[in-house]
Amino acid sequence: MTELDRPGRHLLSAADLSREQALAILETARQMHAIQTREVKKLPPLRGRTIVNLFFEDSTRTRSSFEIAGKWLSADVINVSAKGSSVSKGESLRDTVLTVVAMGIDAIVVRHPASGAVQRIAGWVDCHVINAGDGTHEHPTQALLDAYVLRARLGDLTDRHVVVVGDIAHSRVARSNVLLLTTLGARVTLVGPPTLMPAGVETWTCSTSWDLDLVLSGKAFGDVDAVMMLRVQRERMGGGSGGGVHDIGGQFVPTEREYAIGYGLSPDRLDLLAEDVPVLHPGPMNRGLEISSLAADDARSVVLEQVQAGVAVRMAVLYRMLAGADEPASGLEVVSA
Amino acid sequence: MTGRARASAAPTPGDAVLASAEIVPSPVGAATPVLSEGDLARVLDRVAHQVIEHIAKIGFDAVLLGIPTRGVPLAKRLAERIAVFSGVDIPVGSLDVTLYRDDLRLRGVRPLGETVEPAGGIAGKTVILVDDVLFSGRTARAALDALNELGRPRAVQLAVLVDRGHRELPIRADYVGKNLPTSPGQSVRVSLAEIDGVDGVLVTEEGEA
Amino acid sequence: MSILLRGVAPLGGRPVDVLLDGGCITQIEPHLDAMDAQVIEADGLILLPGFVDLHTHLREPGREDAETVASGSAAAALGGFTAVHAMANTTPVADTAEMVEQVARLGALAGLVDVRPVGAVSKGLAGEQLAEIANMARSSAAVRIFSDDGNCVHDSRLMRRALEYVKPFDAVVAQHAQDPRLADHAACAHEGEVSGRLGLAGWPAVAEESIVARDVMLAEHTGSRLHVCHVSTAGTVEVIRWAKRRGISVTAEVTPHHLLLTCDLITGYDPVYKVNPPLRPDEDVAAVRAGLADGTIDAVATDHAPHAPHDKDHAFPDAAFGMLGLQTALGVVAESMVATGLLDWPGVADRMSCRPAMIGRVAGHGRPILVGEPANLVLVDPAGEYLVDPARLASLSRNTPFAGLVLPARVTATFLRGTPTVLEGELARREVAV
Repeated sequence: MTELDRPGRHLLSAADLSREQALAILETARQMHAIQTREVKKLPPLRGRTIVNLFFEDSTRTRSSFEIAGKWLSADVINVSAKGSSVSKGESLRDTVLTVVAMGIDAIVVRHPASGAVQRIAGWVDCHVINAGDGTHEHPTQALLDAYVLRARLGDLTDRHVVVVGDIAHSRVARSNVLLLTTLGARVTLVGPPTLMPAGVETWTCSTSWDLDLVLSGKAFGDVDAVMMLRVQRERMGGGSGGGVHDIGGQFVPTEREYAIGYGLSPDRLDLLAEDVPVLHPGPMNRGLEISSLAADDARSVVLEQVQAGVAVRMAVLYRMLAGADEPASGLEVVSA
Repeated sequence: MTGRARASAAPTPGDAVLASAEIVPSPVGAATPVLSEGDLARVLDRVAHQVIEHIAKIGFDAVLLGIPTRGVPLAKRLAERIAVFSGVDIPVGSLDVTLYRDDLRLRGVRPLGETVEPAGGIAGKTVILVDDVLFSGRTARAALDALNELGRPRAVQLAVLVDRGHRELPIRADYVGKNLPTSPGQSVRVSLAEIDGVDGVLVTEEGEA
Repeated sequence: MSILLRGVAPLGGRPVDVLLDGGCITQIEPHLDAMDAQVIEADGLILLPGFVDLHTHLREPGREDAETVASGSAAAALGGFTAVHAMANTTPVADTAEMVEQVARLGALAGLVDVRPVGAVSKGLAGEQLAEIANMARSSAAVRIFSDDGNCVHDSRLMRRALEYVKPFDAVVAQHAQDPRLADHAACAHEGEVSGRLGLAGWPAVAEESIVARDVMLAEHTGSRLHVCHVSTAGTVEVIRWAKRRGISVTAEVTPHHLLLTCDLITGYDPVYKVNPPLRPDEDVAAVRAGLADGTIDAVATDHAPHAPHDKDHAFPDAAFGMLGLQTALGVVAESMVATGLLDWPGVADRMSCRPAMIGRVAGHGRPILVGEPANLVLVDPAGEYLVDPARLASLSRNTPFAGLVLPARVTATFLRGTPTVLEGELARREVAV
């Protein structure tokens, strides 16, 4: 039996994956998905491997998804919550991470509130590193599970038009999706208010618009095949918190009401979509803000499929990374005292 | 008559199990056909008769599970031949064993094959695993583990097209199409029309083991 | 102890012999007899006035793990500096006469460069109330530059008051231009294509330019002197050019790293390239080079900012801002300005010594190379090369963005009032005559 195209040592960015590699992961995920419906949800290939979920930022959803994925593959999974440590206690990020992996860990799944943190960490450790979200930069497994659901609903994504709506500037989901969907041949349109569009977005391989109605009508960039609504943070709207630890640059949109009117997936906008257009949301949803309850509960909403896909996709990523022979690790071997 | 090879403690290179040995030593890299297209069809028919003989005693309450890759078309063909000779349709499925292999960490990661449960499931049935070549026995062992996850069959049997000896585990086949004594340095390749375009079995000299 | 520099080229001109004695230049002739003087063969070398840094962070008191006045002085001397201005953002902040006198004392003790303390504009750098500017000016430290560097004096009224208040002392307010409402403490990368792609909080050029524009108008209105720290954008250069043409008393400095490095370097998220103001794109680097060449920007100032490794071993957004600069300043200026033909050696002397000394009112430094002048000098090998090795820098810290680069030109000797502090490129430990 042939070997898969050897994956990179880490998964840090959706841009790390070629089209073939991405499709290989999604195909493996499909088989992993089938296994989930069995009574005994346990597969042996990662037996004896130790995976640490090293989360510097809260996340029940993603963390438990990775935890289940690892455990169903018989790996030993440990959760380390490093939130609030490091910077506040004067310990460097490097020291915090090296302390964890010194125990002889095969892979770490890292989420960190600062962009680029996971990339730095990958430069310090010998084990495999999976990016579970770094600041506003990337979230590659989210893009993979979104692509999985889109392919399940739409088939081949070549030339398909996917619209992503919301706070693009602060969204790692948006960045990873633009990269991966483009790799898979799809066309992406980003929609949001000017204050929530990233600097330099005109250089990205996608279209942009401030007018959601125009885009959904198909008159701006052609018919829409799928819609992805991004979660917006209430703190970026007016009338919320001002100042304090969570002050993240103040007010980007005057009120929640104004945001919902301009960019929310209202019942009227839902009607603009064809019957077979899936509506995605990475969760958790702010019902009534970026997505109306009607849209959230509509038949076209695939939010639960995304969650299920998340486990299958993460199983596939872990399998690809850890099941086969290891590349020789570079650098010094850690010798226990 | 069921073919079988008794596992010995440590088969050494050069052990030749005589029976229908037909090895002709060839230069390195050269492929020697040992079964032609017609031979293969006849061998399969014989196995089908052997299977029928057994499962008739249990009311035909059996299923065939092909082990990817080539075990799958073999299982289908076997089911078809069984139907022709006995009039009974035995359900067919496939069982991917990649995740249960004991040598995953020795090579780069492998893609997964399809697992399709046969109609009616496997619980309480006699499962006949179907594969093309029986060699070390590790694939069959992995298949037993994989089967465990699907349910609890009443009994498990193994049908192979070719048994080439050199078992490393206490595994034996219940139905053997052809016994083919080989040396470890040789490679046995089954080709099937569904996958390779033509039917046949080839033995290749790989050089020093 | 007299010293004869044989065959040296003052400002890169015709080679002569120069005698240093009793702290001054005593003779300059085509050929001099050595007599009892220590002879330094300077064939092929250039003699410049010792460099004066308007902007250095010596970290003492408070962060002696990153740098001390002594180690910073050593780095400065090796970089060819004879005077440095130590910024006030220490812990505690240098906002009283006692604090600045302490820093000056530490500098005198180290005895390698003249350390001129900078006083804070506002108490605790909080940007709310004026610090005791008069007391600091009148102290033995004789502070002539006031700056909240690290922070911007963003309140217009406070900036106006400060500009007015320093006038009796012929002092200058040096502004770190960064509108905190446009670029807050989280802003860490030039706002543009790179920051957008990398997901880093943007620091737009306009956050610097809008403050400089306001401040030059305030300088005009108050009739006071303004100095702009670390100019980084084309727009800022334009504003200063306009202001000078208008007769406004404004001066400006640029760092070596802003003359050489661009924001593309941060795509690997390595915090060694994290600095405030951030590295900018090519267009801005070209504009500040042109500004330094035509004199719109008056001085090169290092903004030497040492950081302990554990303050940089973080994710990019969490890491400390700042780069080392004292030992590599000459090489970077030579690479970016001299090798490109934008500045000649007299120009280097002007921007790295004469004008900074004038801006800081530093007597005895940045003087012409003439008989009778104080011997604060540096010997430069224009054909030499300097390989930047972080492990071999005199600073206690290692955060140089030039690691591994081979820079043109090297400092071979530095003289502080006639006494060598650096000889043959190494520190020469001696007592200095005050």
